[in-house]
Amino acid sequence: MKATILIRPKAGILDPQGQAVETGLGHLGFTVRNAHVGRLVELEVEATDSADAHAQIERMCEQLLANPLIESYEIVVEAAA
Amino acid sequence: MSDAPKPAISVVVFPGSNDDRDTELSLNHLGADASRLWHGEERLPANTAAVVLPGGFSYGDYLRCGAIARFSPVMRDVVRFANEGGLVLGICNGFQILTEAGLLPGVLRQNSTLEFQCQDVSLVVERTDTAFTSRCEPGDRLSIPVKNGEGCWFADPELLAEAEAEGLIALRYAPGTNPNGAIADVAGVISAGGNVFGLMPHPEHAVDPVLGSTDGAKILGSLVDAARSAAFATA
Repeated sequence: MKATILIRPKAGILDPQGQAVETGLGHLGFTVRNAHVGRLVELEVEATDSADAHAQIERMCEQLLANPLIESYEIVVEAAA
Repeated sequence: MSDAPKPAISVVVFPGSNDDRDTELSLNHLGADASRLWHGEERLPANTAAVVLPGGFSYGDYLRCGAIARFSPVMRDVVRFANEGGLVLGICNGFQILTEAGLLPGVLRQNSTLEFQCQDVSLVVERTDTAFTSRCEPGDRLSIPVKNGEGCWFADPELLAEAEAEGLIALRYAPGTNPNGAIADVAGVISAGGNVFGLMPHPEHAVDPVLGSTDGAKILGSLVDAARSAAFATA
């Protein structure tokens, strides 16, 4: 089962990368606010159904993929074809 | 000094470690019997009196610094050793690994400057009653280099308050010299049990006058003293 995990800096935490991107976009003439830079993980997991996949990925996030002190995550499991 | 028994100290080598040799050399210079230990080993040598996780870029800093190294085979035994009260020091990447492994509070983030910081920093020793700072005097200022891109220690307000209340912040950047945006100027953190210590500056790069400072010897020398006491307590 295919899944995508979006890992973001937690709301309210200083995000220097996001700020740098925001400044860079400003130099290009764009007006943007609240730019944040996170990480995207794509994977395929052996799972009985999407609930099982979701539960497994939740554990992956807690144990390795994200650091709960500074990051939040969002799991998107692709609907089975 | 030269007649003092030499405690065995293991310096763990991860794929991507690069300060392991300097650390080994410095510890031996300070009277230890240090040797490097490949991370793939399942066990620490039986006579290990202390463990050092050195600086570097273990596993290419993939995912988050230290996040993957903590699953190295030897780390299981390092965690056991630490939980039994064994002395564990983490320098730079080693500090990052110790936070990821849950042996020290907080996390190391990207520097607020977004720049790799390579410079001597001035450090205030907050505690001199630990196994890693016993050779320091209260109020000591140490000059030791940092060299990192992810040295910004972070903890949320509750965790920081807890760490401050328990006296876990053993080392801080001198006021106004914080090179990386670390919260509360934190440069080094000790565990509640007092046997695990992590710091971003590199004491192994400041042990000989030719390097510009010998202040790092106060940290590593303290560890050698404590390891010797632990190893030869009954001698």
